[in-house]
Amino acid sequence: MSFHLEQASLTHSDGNRALENISLTAAHGERIALIGPSGAGKTSLLRLLATSLSPSSGAVSVLNHAPAQIDVNALKNLRSRIGMVHQAPPLPPRQRVITAVLAGRLGRWPLWKSLLSLLYPLDIIGAHQQLARMGIADRLYDRCDKLSGGQLQRVGVARVLYQQPDLILADEPVSAVDPTLADQVLVELLVETRSRQVTLIASLHAVDLALKHFPRIVGLRAGHIIFDLPAQQITAALLRDLYATEGTLPTQDNRPLMLP
Amino acid sequence: MNPRTPPRDPALLPRLSLTVLALAVLWPMLLLAEFNPAALFDAKNLKVMRHFLATFLPPDFSPDFLQLIATATLETLAIATAGIALAMCLGVPLALIATRSLSLSQIAMRADSRRWQGSDALRWAGRGVLMLLRGIPEIVWALLLVRALGLGPAAGVLALAITYSGMLGKVYAEILESGDARPTLALLESGSGRLAALGYGLLPGVLRELTSYTVYRWECAVRASIIMGFVGAGGLGQLMELSMRMLNGGEVVTIFITFLLMVMLADGISHVLRKMT
Repeated sequence: MSFHLEQASLTHSDGNRALENISLTAAHGERIALIGPSGAGKTSLLRLLATSLSPSSGAVSVLNHAPAQIDVNALKNLRSRIGMVHQAPPLPPRQRVITAVLAGRLGRWPLWKSLLSLLYPLDIIGAHQQLARMGIADRLYDRCDKLSGGQLQRVGVARVLYQQPDLILADEPVSAVDPTLADQVLVELLVETRSRQVTLIASLHAVDLALKHFPRIVGLRAGHIIFDLPAQQITAALLRDLYATEGTLPTQDNRPLMLP
Repeated sequence: MNPRTPPRDPALLPRLSLTVLALAVLWPMLLLAEFNPAALFDAKNLKVMRHFLATFLPPDFSPDFLQLIATATLETLAIATAGIALAMCLGVPLALIATRSLSLSQIAMRADSRRWQGSDALRWAGRGVLMLLRGIPEIVWALLLVRALGLGPAAGVLALAITYSGMLGKVYAEILESGDARPTLALLESGSGRLAALGYGLLPGVLRELTSYTVYRWECAVRASIIMGFVGAGGLGQLMELSMRMLNGGEVVTIFITFLLMVMLADGISHVLRKMT
Protein backbone atom coordinates (compact mmCIF):
# COMPACT_ATOMS: atom_id res chain seq x y z
CA MET A 1 0.00 0.00 0.00
CA SER A 2 1.30 3.43 -0.87
CA PHE A 3 -0.70 5.43 1.63
CA HIS A 4 -3.76 5.04 3.77
CA LEU A 5 -5.82 7.71 5.52
CA GLU A 6 -8.35 6.46 8.06
CA GLN A 7 -10.99 8.95 9.24
CA ALA A 8 -8.31 11.65 9.25
CA SER A 9 -9.31 15.15 10.34
CA LEU A 10 -7.15 18.23 10.46
CA THR A 11 -7.83 21.39 12.43
CA HIS A 12 -5.31 24.21 11.97
CA SER A 13 -4.04 26.05 15.02
CA ASP A 14 -6.33 28.98 14.16
CA GLY A 15 -9.33 26.70 14.63
CA ASN A 16 -10.01 26.37 10.90
CA ARG A 17 -11.16 22.83 10.07
CA ALA A 18 -9.28 21.93 6.88
CA LEU A 19 -10.16 18.23 6.57
CA GLU A 20 -12.94 16.15 8.08
CA ASN A 21 -13.02 12.38 8.31
CA ILE A 22 -11.01 11.71 5.20
CA SER A 23 -10.53 8.07 4.30
CA LEU A 24 -8.42 7.43 1.24
CA THR A 25 -6.19 4.57 0.16
CA ALA A 26 -3.80 4.22 -2.76
CA ALA A 27 -2.04 1.13 -4.06
CA HIS A 28 1.51 1.24 -5.47
CA GLY A 29 1.70 2.78 -8.91
CA GLU A 30 -1.65 4.57 -8.73
CA ARG A 31 -2.11 7.97 -10.34
CA ILE A 32 -4.60 10.20 -8.57
CA ALA A 33 -5.72 13.74 -9.32
CA LEU A 34 -7.13 15.88 -6.51
CA ILE A 35 -9.60 18.47 -7.75
CA GLY A 36 -11.92 20.91 -6.07
CA PRO A 37 -12.48 24.63 -5.49
CA SER A 38 -9.76 26.64 -3.76
CA GLY A 39 -9.82 26.20 -0.01
CA ALA A 40 -11.18 22.66 -0.33
CA GLY A 41 -8.25 21.19 1.62
CA LYS A 42 -6.15 19.83 -1.27
CA THR A 43 -2.87 21.23 0.05
CA SER A 44 -3.68 20.16 3.61
CA LEU A 45 -4.32 16.62 2.41
CA LEU A 46 -0.97 16.56 0.58
CA ARG A 47 0.83 17.94 3.62
CA LEU A 48 -0.66 15.15 5.75
CA LEU A 49 0.80 12.65 3.30
CA ALA A 50 4.11 14.52 3.24
CA THR A 51 4.31 13.99 7.05
CA SER A 52 4.73 17.72 7.51
CA LEU A 53 1.42 17.88 9.38
CA SER A 54 -0.08 15.26 11.63
CA PRO A 55 -3.86 14.74 11.79
CA SER A 56 -5.88 16.11 14.71
CA SER A 57 -7.70 12.81 14.77
CA GLY A 58 -7.68 9.63 12.72
CA ALA A 59 -4.71 7.74 11.36
CA VAL A 60 -2.20 8.31 8.57
CA SER A 61 0.04 5.62 7.17
CA VAL A 62 2.52 6.35 4.39
CA LEU A 63 4.55 3.66 2.61
CA ASN A 64 3.47 1.27 5.35
CA HIS A 65 4.77 3.47 8.19
CA ALA A 66 2.80 5.51 10.71
CA PRO A 67 4.79 8.80 10.74
CA ALA A 68 3.63 9.79 14.24
CA GLN A 69 4.87 6.58 15.80
CA ILE A 70 8.33 6.01 14.36
CA ASP A 71 11.58 7.45 15.71
CA VAL A 72 13.56 10.33 14.27
CA ASN A 73 15.83 8.29 12.02
CA ALA A 74 13.01 6.19 10.63
CA LEU A 75 11.01 9.38 9.98
CA LYS A 76 13.97 10.93 8.18
CA ASN A 77 14.32 7.78 6.12
CA LEU A 78 10.59 7.74 5.32
CA ARG A 79 10.69 11.40 4.29
CA SER A 80 13.54 10.75 1.88
CA ARG A 81 11.15 8.37 0.08
CA ILE A 82 8.42 11.00 -0.28
CA GLY A 83 8.84 13.66 -2.95
CA MET A 84 6.85 16.88 -2.74
CA VAL A 85 6.44 19.25 -5.68
CA HIS A 86 5.53 22.58 -4.08
CA GLN A 87 3.25 25.07 -5.79
CA ALA A 88 5.75 27.85 -5.06
CA PRO A 89 9.08 26.00 -5.29
CA PRO A 90 11.07 26.77 -2.11
CA LEU A 91 14.39 27.41 -3.86
CA PRO A 92 16.91 29.99 -2.64
CA PRO A 93 17.11 32.72 -5.33
CA ARG A 94 20.90 32.82 -5.28
CA GLN A 95 21.31 29.06 -5.67
CA ARG A 96 22.31 27.55 -9.00
CA VAL A 97 19.77 25.34 -10.76
CA ILE A 98 22.08 22.31 -10.68
CA THR A 99 22.53 22.60 -6.90
CA ALA A 100 18.77 22.97 -6.44
CA VAL A 101 18.19 19.73 -8.39
CA LEU A 102 20.95 17.78 -6.65
CA ALA A 103 19.42 18.78 -3.29
CA GLY A 104 16.78 16.15 -4.06
CA ARG A 105 19.13 13.39 -2.94
CA LEU A 106 20.28 14.99 0.34
CA GLY A 107 18.18 12.44 2.23
CA ARG A 108 20.26 9.62 0.77
CA TRP A 109 23.69 11.15 0.37
CA PRO A 110 26.12 10.98 3.29
CA LEU A 111 26.97 14.38 4.77
CA TRP A 112 30.46 14.56 3.28
CA LYS A 113 29.05 14.05 -0.20
CA SER A 114 26.35 16.69 0.30
CA LEU A 115 28.87 19.26 1.50
CA LEU A 116 31.43 18.44 -1.18
CA SER A 117 28.74 18.79 -3.83
CA LEU A 118 28.20 22.38 -2.68
CA LEU A 119 31.72 23.17 -3.88
CA TYR A 120 31.63 21.08 -7.03
CA PRO A 121 28.40 19.41 -8.23
CA LEU A 122 28.98 15.67 -7.97
CA ASP A 123 26.30 14.43 -10.37
CA ILE A 124 26.17 16.80 -13.30
CA ILE A 125 24.89 14.08 -15.64
CA GLY A 126 22.04 13.13 -13.32
CA ALA A 127 20.85 16.71 -12.84
CA HIS A 128 21.17 17.43 -16.55
CA GLN A 129 19.07 14.37 -17.38
CA GLN A 130 16.14 15.45 -15.21
CA LEU A 131 16.30 19.05 -16.41
CA ALA A 132 16.26 17.81 -19.99
CA ARG A 133 13.00 15.97 -19.28
CA MET A 134 11.58 19.30 -18.16
CA GLY A 135 12.93 21.04 -21.27
CA ILE A 136 15.26 23.36 -19.38
CA ALA A 137 18.60 21.56 -19.68
CA ASP A 138 20.18 24.80 -20.93
CA ARG A 139 19.59 26.48 -17.56
CA LEU A 140 21.81 23.97 -15.71
CA TYR A 141 24.33 26.51 -14.39
CA ASP A 142 22.04 29.53 -14.15
CA ARG A 143 21.06 30.99 -10.85
CA CYS A 144 17.46 30.39 -9.76
CA ASP A 145 16.65 34.11 -9.67
CA LYS A 146 17.35 34.30 -13.41
CA LEU A 147 14.46 31.90 -14.17
CA SER A 148 10.80 32.64 -14.82
CA GLY A 149 8.09 31.32 -12.52
CA GLY A 150 7.24 28.47 -14.87
CA GLN A 151 10.87 27.46 -15.29
CA LEU A 152 11.35 27.55 -11.52
CA GLN A 153 8.37 25.27 -11.06
CA ARG A 154 9.92 22.82 -13.52
CA VAL A 155 13.20 22.92 -11.56
CA GLY A 156 11.10 21.88 -8.54
CA VAL A 157 9.71 18.93 -10.53
CA ALA A 158 13.20 18.00 -11.76
CA ARG A 159 14.43 17.94 -8.15
CA VAL A 160 11.68 15.50 -7.16
CA LEU A 161 12.35 13.31 -10.21
CA TYR A 162 16.04 13.29 -9.25
CA GLN A 163 15.08 12.35 -5.69
CA GLN A 164 13.49 9.12 -7.07
CA PRO A 165 10.86 8.93 -4.32
CA ASP A 166 8.42 6.06 -3.89
CA LEU A 167 5.52 8.47 -3.43
CA ILE A 168 5.25 11.69 -5.42
CA LEU A 169 3.02 14.43 -4.03
CA ALA A 170 2.41 17.35 -6.34
CA ASP A 171 0.69 20.55 -5.24
CA GLU A 172 -0.46 22.36 -8.40
CA PRO A 173 2.72 21.27 -10.20
CA VAL A 174 1.94 23.16 -13.40
CA SER A 175 0.10 26.26 -12.12
CA ALA A 176 2.80 28.62 -13.43
CA VAL A 177 3.76 26.63 -16.54
CA ASP A 178 2.20 27.60 -19.85
CA PRO A 179 -0.41 25.16 -21.26
CA THR A 180 1.66 23.40 -23.92
CA LEU A 181 4.47 22.71 -21.47
CA ALA A 182 2.04 21.72 -18.71
CA ASP A 183 1.19 18.57 -20.67
CA GLN A 184 4.87 17.69 -21.06
CA VAL A 185 5.55 18.12 -17.34
CA LEU A 186 2.57 15.96 -16.36
CA VAL A 187 3.50 13.31 -18.92
CA GLU A 188 7.02 13.11 -17.50
CA LEU A 189 5.64 12.69 -13.98
CA LEU A 190 3.33 9.93 -15.23
CA VAL A 191 6.16 8.22 -17.14
CA GLU A 192 8.10 8.19 -13.89
CA THR A 193 5.23 6.47 -12.05
CA ARG A 194 5.00 3.77 -14.72
CA SER A 195 8.72 3.11 -15.13
CA ARG A 196 9.43 2.82 -11.41
CA GLN A 197 6.00 1.66 -10.17
CA VAL A 198 5.62 4.65 -7.82
CA THR A 199 2.48 6.47 -6.76
CA LEU A 200 1.55 9.98 -7.86
CA ILE A 201 -1.09 12.15 -6.28
CA ALA A 202 -1.41 15.66 -7.71
CA SER A 203 -3.74 18.51 -6.90
CA LEU A 204 -4.76 20.32 -10.06
CA HIS A 205 -6.64 23.50 -10.62
CA ALA A 206 -7.44 22.72 -14.26
CA VAL A 207 -10.11 20.00 -14.44
CA ASP A 208 -9.38 19.18 -18.09
CA LEU A 209 -5.75 18.33 -17.28
CA ALA A 210 -6.86 16.04 -14.46
CA LEU A 211 -9.36 14.18 -16.65
CA LYS A 212 -6.91 13.90 -19.54
CA HIS A 213 -3.95 12.46 -17.61
CA PHE A 214 -5.20 10.73 -14.49
CA PRO A 215 -7.17 7.48 -14.26
CA ARG A 216 -8.49 8.20 -10.75
CA ILE A 217 -10.11 11.48 -9.72
CA VAL A 218 -10.81 12.56 -6.14
CA GLY A 219 -13.12 15.55 -5.69
CA LEU A 220 -12.65 17.56 -2.51
CA ARG A 221 -14.86 20.33 -1.19
CA ALA A 222 -14.81 22.07 2.21
CA GLY A 223 -12.62 19.35 3.72
CA HIS A 224 -14.80 16.45 2.59
CA ILE A 225 -14.30 13.91 -0.18
CA ILE A 226 -17.26 14.43 -2.51
CA PHE A 227 -16.36 11.67 -4.96
CA ASP A 228 -13.55 9.21 -5.66
CA LEU A 229 -14.10 7.74 -9.13
CA PRO A 230 -12.36 6.50 -12.26
CA ALA A 231 -11.97 9.36 -14.74
CA GLN A 232 -14.45 7.78 -17.20
CA GLN A 233 -17.25 7.99 -14.64
CA ILE A 234 -16.88 11.71 -14.02
CA THR A 235 -19.95 13.50 -15.34
CA ALA A 236 -20.70 17.14 -15.96
CA ALA A 237 -23.26 17.07 -13.17
CA LEU A 238 -20.69 15.85 -10.63
CA LEU A 239 -18.28 18.63 -11.59
CA ARG A 240 -20.98 21.31 -11.56
CA ASP A 241 -21.86 20.23 -8.06
CA LEU A 242 -18.22 20.20 -6.93
CA TYR A 243 -17.52 23.69 -8.22
CA ALA A 244 -20.96 25.12 -7.38
CA THR A 245 -19.46 27.89 -5.27
CA GLU A 246 -17.11 29.05 -8.04
CA GLY A 247 -19.72 29.34 -10.75
CA THR A 248 -17.55 28.10 -13.63
CA LEU A 249 -15.41 25.02 -14.16
CA PRO A 250 -11.72 25.95 -14.00
CA THR A 251 -9.81 24.71 -17.06
CA GLN A 252 -6.61 25.66 -18.81
CA ASP A 253 -7.07 28.98 -20.61
CA ASN A 254 -10.76 28.67 -19.73
CA ARG A 255 -11.32 26.34 -22.67
CA PRO A 256 -14.76 24.68 -22.65
CA LEU A 257 -14.69 21.18 -21.18
CA MET A 258 -15.76 18.24 -23.36
CA LEU A 259 -17.26 15.40 -21.39
CA PRO A 260 -18.44 12.04 -22.69
CA MET B 1 -17.27 67.73 16.46
CA ASN B 2 -16.92 69.43 13.12
CA PRO B 3 -16.85 66.64 10.49
CA ARG B 4 -14.50 68.74 8.32
CA THR B 5 -11.54 68.74 10.73
CA PRO B 6 -9.61 65.48 10.66
CA PRO B 7 -8.88 63.82 14.05
CA ARG B 8 -5.65 64.72 15.80
CA ASP B 9 -2.62 62.47 15.15
CA PRO B 10 -2.93 59.76 17.82
CA ALA B 11 0.87 59.25 17.75
CA LEU B 12 1.50 62.81 18.98
CA LEU B 13 1.21 62.17 22.71
CA PRO B 14 3.38 58.98 22.85
CA ARG B 15 6.07 60.59 20.71
CA LEU B 16 6.13 63.77 22.80
CA SER B 17 6.37 61.86 26.08
CA LEU B 18 9.13 59.62 24.69
CA THR B 19 11.17 62.66 23.71
CA VAL B 20 10.74 64.25 27.14
CA LEU B 21 11.64 60.97 28.81
CA ALA B 22 14.77 60.52 26.66
CA LEU B 23 15.95 64.05 27.54
CA ALA B 24 15.23 63.48 31.22
CA VAL B 25 17.33 60.32 31.21
CA LEU B 26 20.16 61.69 29.05
CA TRP B 27 20.81 64.91 30.93
CA PRO B 28 21.88 63.36 34.27
CA MET B 29 23.97 60.84 32.33
CA LEU B 30 25.89 63.61 30.56
CA LEU B 31 26.51 65.24 33.94
CA LEU B 32 27.62 61.90 35.38
CA ALA B 33 30.03 61.39 32.49
CA GLU B 34 31.52 64.87 33.15
CA PHE B 35 30.70 65.85 29.59
CA ASN B 36 31.82 69.44 29.29
CA PRO B 37 32.61 70.71 25.78
CA ALA B 38 33.93 73.96 27.23
CA ALA B 39 36.98 72.11 28.57
CA LEU B 40 38.13 71.60 24.98
CA PHE B 41 38.37 75.37 24.50
CA ASP B 42 39.99 76.19 27.80
CA ALA B 43 43.07 78.34 27.07
CA LYS B 44 45.46 76.07 28.96
CA ASN B 45 44.20 72.86 27.33
CA LEU B 46 44.26 74.51 23.90
CA LYS B 47 47.93 75.36 24.34
CA VAL B 48 48.88 71.76 25.18
CA MET B 49 46.88 70.44 22.25
CA ARG B 50 48.32 72.98 19.84
CA HIS B 51 51.83 72.11 20.96
CA PHE B 52 51.26 68.36 20.44
CA LEU B 53 49.48 68.83 17.12
CA ALA B 54 52.33 71.03 15.88
CA THR B 55 54.74 68.12 16.27
CA PHE B 56 52.47 66.04 13.95
CA LEU B 57 53.92 67.64 10.87
CA PRO B 58 55.73 66.48 8.91
CA PRO B 59 54.87 62.77 9.16
CA ASP B 60 57.88 60.56 9.72
CA PHE B 61 58.60 58.67 6.50
CA SER B 62 62.21 57.73 7.28
CA PRO B 63 63.12 54.27 5.91
CA ASP B 64 64.05 52.96 9.34
CA PHE B 65 60.69 53.89 10.79
CA LEU B 66 58.78 52.60 7.76
CA GLN B 67 60.58 49.31 8.21
CA LEU B 68 59.42 49.22 11.82
CA ILE B 69 55.86 50.05 10.74
CA ALA B 70 55.83 47.34 8.10
CA THR B 71 56.81 44.64 10.60
CA ALA B 72 54.34 45.94 13.17
CA THR B 73 51.54 46.14 10.58
CA LEU B 74 52.15 42.57 9.51
CA GLU B 75 52.08 41.51 13.13
CA THR B 76 48.81 43.37 13.74
CA LEU B 77 47.19 41.84 10.64
CA ALA B 78 48.42 38.41 11.71
CA ILE B 79 46.99 38.83 15.21
CA ALA B 80 43.61 39.96 13.84
CA THR B 81 43.43 37.20 11.22
CA ALA B 82 44.51 34.38 13.52
CA GLY B 83 42.16 35.71 16.21
CA ILE B 84 39.17 35.79 13.84
CA ALA B 85 39.98 32.34 12.47
CA LEU B 86 40.08 30.86 15.98
CA ALA B 87 36.92 32.79 16.89
CA MET B 88 35.14 31.26 13.88
CA CYS B 89 36.16 27.75 14.90
CA LEU B 90 34.35 28.29 18.18
CA GLY B 91 31.60 30.69 17.04
CA VAL B 92 30.24 28.73 14.07
CA PRO B 93 29.31 25.55 15.99
CA LEU B 94 27.81 27.64 18.79
CA ALA B 95 25.78 29.65 16.25
CA LEU B 96 24.43 26.41 14.76
CA ILE B 97 23.41 25.22 18.21
CA ALA B 98 21.70 28.53 18.96
CA THR B 99 19.78 28.79 15.66
CA ARG B 100 16.09 27.99 15.74
CA SER B 101 15.58 27.53 12.02
CA LEU B 102 17.66 24.38 12.12
CA SER B 103 15.66 22.92 14.95
CA LEU B 104 13.95 19.67 14.09
CA SER B 105 11.22 20.58 16.58
CA GLN B 106 9.73 22.81 13.88
CA ILE B 107 8.88 19.86 11.73
CA ALA B 108 8.55 17.12 14.30
CA MET B 109 5.29 15.28 14.41
CA ARG B 110 3.04 16.41 17.21
CA ALA B 111 3.16 13.01 18.88
CA ASP B 112 6.85 13.29 19.71
CA SER B 113 7.00 16.95 20.68
CA ARG B 114 8.17 16.04 24.18
CA ARG B 115 11.35 14.63 22.74
CA TRP B 116 12.41 18.09 21.59
CA GLN B 117 12.41 19.81 24.95
CA GLY B 118 15.99 18.63 25.33
CA SER B 119 17.02 20.44 22.17
CA ASP B 120 15.40 23.66 23.44
CA ALA B 121 17.55 23.42 26.55
CA LEU B 122 20.64 22.90 24.41
CA ARG B 123 19.81 25.99 22.37
CA TRP B 124 19.52 28.15 25.48
CA ALA B 125 22.77 26.70 26.80
CA GLY B 126 24.43 27.70 23.51
CA ARG B 127 23.09 31.25 23.88
CA GLY B 128 24.39 31.37 27.44
CA VAL B 129 27.89 30.33 26.40
CA LEU B 130 27.90 32.97 23.64
CA MET B 131 26.90 35.60 26.18
CA LEU B 132 29.67 34.57 28.58
CA LEU B 133 32.25 34.66 25.78
CA ARG B 134 31.43 38.18 24.64
CA GLY B 135 30.64 39.54 28.09
CA ILE B 136 34.26 40.41 28.94
CA PRO B 137 36.01 42.86 26.58
CA GLU B 138 39.05 41.55 24.69
CA ILE B 139 41.28 44.19 26.27
CA VAL B 140 40.61 42.70 29.72
CA TRP B 141 41.46 39.22 28.45
CA ALA B 142 44.62 40.67 26.86
CA LEU B 143 45.70 42.19 30.18
CA LEU B 144 45.17 38.85 31.93
CA LEU B 145 46.78 36.78 29.20
CA VAL B 146 49.84 39.02 28.90
CA ARG B 147 50.50 38.13 32.54
CA ALA B 148 50.01 34.44 31.85
CA LEU B 149 51.74 34.12 28.47
CA GLY B 150 54.16 36.99 28.63
CA LEU B 151 54.44 40.00 26.29
CA GLY B 152 53.76 39.30 22.62
CA PRO B 153 51.10 38.52 20.01
CA ALA B 154 49.93 35.18 21.45
CA ALA B 155 48.02 36.94 24.23
CA GLY B 156 46.31 39.20 21.67
CA VAL B 157 45.28 36.27 19.47
CA LEU B 158 43.72 34.36 22.36
CA ALA B 159 41.98 37.42 23.75
CA LEU B 160 40.44 38.13 20.33
CA ALA B 161 39.42 34.50 19.87
CA ILE B 162 37.52 34.43 23.17
CA THR B 163 35.54 37.65 22.87
CA TYR B 164 35.01 37.57 19.11
CA SER B 165 33.75 33.98 19.08
CA GLY B 166 30.91 35.24 21.29
CA MET B 167 30.14 38.14 18.96
CA LEU B 168 30.44 36.11 15.75
CA GLY B 169 28.32 33.28 17.16
CA LYS B 170 25.54 35.60 18.30
CA VAL B 171 25.32 37.55 15.06
CA TYR B 172 25.75 34.44 12.85
CA ALA B 173 22.80 32.86 14.67
CA GLU B 174 20.72 36.01 14.16
CA ILE B 175 21.59 36.19 10.46
CA LEU B 176 20.72 32.51 10.00
CA GLU B 177 17.39 33.06 11.71
CA SER B 178 16.57 36.10 9.59
CA GLY B 179 16.99 34.08 6.37
CA ASP B 180 14.05 32.53 4.51
CA ALA B 181 13.34 29.29 6.38
CA ARG B 182 11.13 27.68 3.72
CA PRO B 183 13.86 26.14 1.54
CA THR B 184 15.47 24.58 4.62
CA LEU B 185 12.13 23.31 5.86
CA ALA B 186 11.34 21.75 2.48
CA LEU B 187 14.69 19.95 2.50
CA LEU B 188 14.22 18.68 6.06
CA GLU B 189 10.79 17.45 4.98
CA SER B 190 12.34 15.41 2.22
CA GLY B 191 14.64 13.62 4.65
CA SER B 192 17.74 15.79 4.45
CA GLY B 193 20.06 16.03 7.45
CA ARG B 194 20.26 19.33 9.27
CA LEU B 195 23.76 20.38 8.21
CA ALA B 196 23.05 19.52 4.58
CA ALA B 197 19.76 21.44 4.77
CA LEU B 198 21.70 24.41 6.15
CA GLY B 199 24.14 24.28 3.23
CA TYR B 200 21.52 23.89 0.52
CA GLY B 201 18.57 25.78 1.99
CA LEU B 202 19.80 28.58 4.21
CA LEU B 203 23.38 29.45 3.25
CA PRO B 204 22.70 30.61 -0.34
CA GLY B 205 20.41 33.32 0.98
CA VAL B 206 22.57 34.58 3.84
CA LEU B 207 26.12 33.98 2.62
CA ARG B 208 26.64 37.61 1.56
CA GLU B 209 25.54 38.90 4.92
CA LEU B 210 27.69 36.40 6.79
CA THR B 211 30.72 37.31 4.68
CA SER B 212 30.39 41.05 5.05
CA TYR B 213 29.81 40.75 8.80
CA THR B 214 32.89 38.56 9.15
CA VAL B 215 35.05 41.00 7.19
CA TYR B 216 33.69 43.89 9.26
CA ARG B 217 34.58 41.97 12.43
CA TRP B 218 38.05 41.38 11.03
CA GLU B 219 38.36 45.14 10.58
CA CYS B 220 37.27 45.58 14.21
CA ALA B 221 39.80 42.94 15.23
CA VAL B 222 42.55 44.93 13.53
CA ARG B 223 41.56 47.98 15.60
CA ALA B 224 41.24 45.90 18.75
CA SER B 225 44.66 44.36 18.25
CA ILE B 226 46.11 47.88 17.99
CA ILE B 227 44.56 48.77 21.36
CA MET B 228 45.77 45.50 22.85
CA GLY B 229 49.24 46.46 21.64
CA PHE B 230 49.13 49.27 24.20
CA VAL B 231 49.08 46.69 26.98
CA GLY B 232 51.93 44.74 25.45
CA ALA B 233 50.28 42.37 23.02
CA GLY B 234 52.56 43.35 20.12
CA GLY B 235 51.90 44.97 16.74
CA LEU B 236 51.19 48.57 15.76
CA GLY B 237 49.71 49.40 19.14
CA GLN B 238 52.94 48.73 20.94
CA LEU B 239 54.80 50.88 18.41
CA MET B 240 52.29 53.69 18.77
CA GLU B 241 52.46 53.57 22.54
CA LEU B 242 56.21 54.16 22.33
CA SER B 243 55.81 57.08 19.91
CA MET B 244 53.09 58.67 22.05
CA ARG B 245 55.14 58.33 25.19
CA MET B 246 58.04 60.09 23.50
CA LEU B 247 55.59 62.74 22.16
CA ASN B 248 56.89 62.04 18.64
CA GLY B 249 53.95 63.43 16.63
CA GLY B 250 55.49 62.68 13.23
CA GLU B 251 55.60 58.98 14.00
CA VAL B 252 52.07 59.03 15.42
CA VAL B 253 50.72 60.57 12.18
CA THR B 254 52.47 57.96 10.07
CA ILE B 255 50.83 55.27 12.20
CA PHE B 256 47.43 57.01 11.77
CA ILE B 257 47.89 56.90 8.02
CA THR B 258 48.64 53.19 8.27
CA PHE B 259 45.38 52.66 10.22
CA LEU B 260 43.44 54.43 7.50
CA LEU B 261 45.04 52.32 4.78
CA MET B 262 44.12 49.14 6.66
CA VAL B 263 40.48 50.17 7.03
CA MET B 264 40.42 50.90 3.30
CA LEU B 265 41.91 47.46 2.65
CA ALA B 266 39.18 45.82 4.75
CA ASP B 267 36.54 47.77 2.85
CA GLY B 268 38.00 46.63 -0.46
CA ILE B 269 38.12 42.98 0.62
CA SER B 270 34.50 43.15 1.81
CA HIS B 271 33.43 44.67 -1.51
CA VAL B 272 35.18 42.01 -3.58
CA LEU B 273 33.86 39.14 -1.45
CA ARG B 274 30.29 40.44 -1.59
CA LYS B 275 30.53 40.57 -5.36
CA MET B 276 31.85 37.02 -5.52
CA THR B 277 29.24 35.37 -3.29
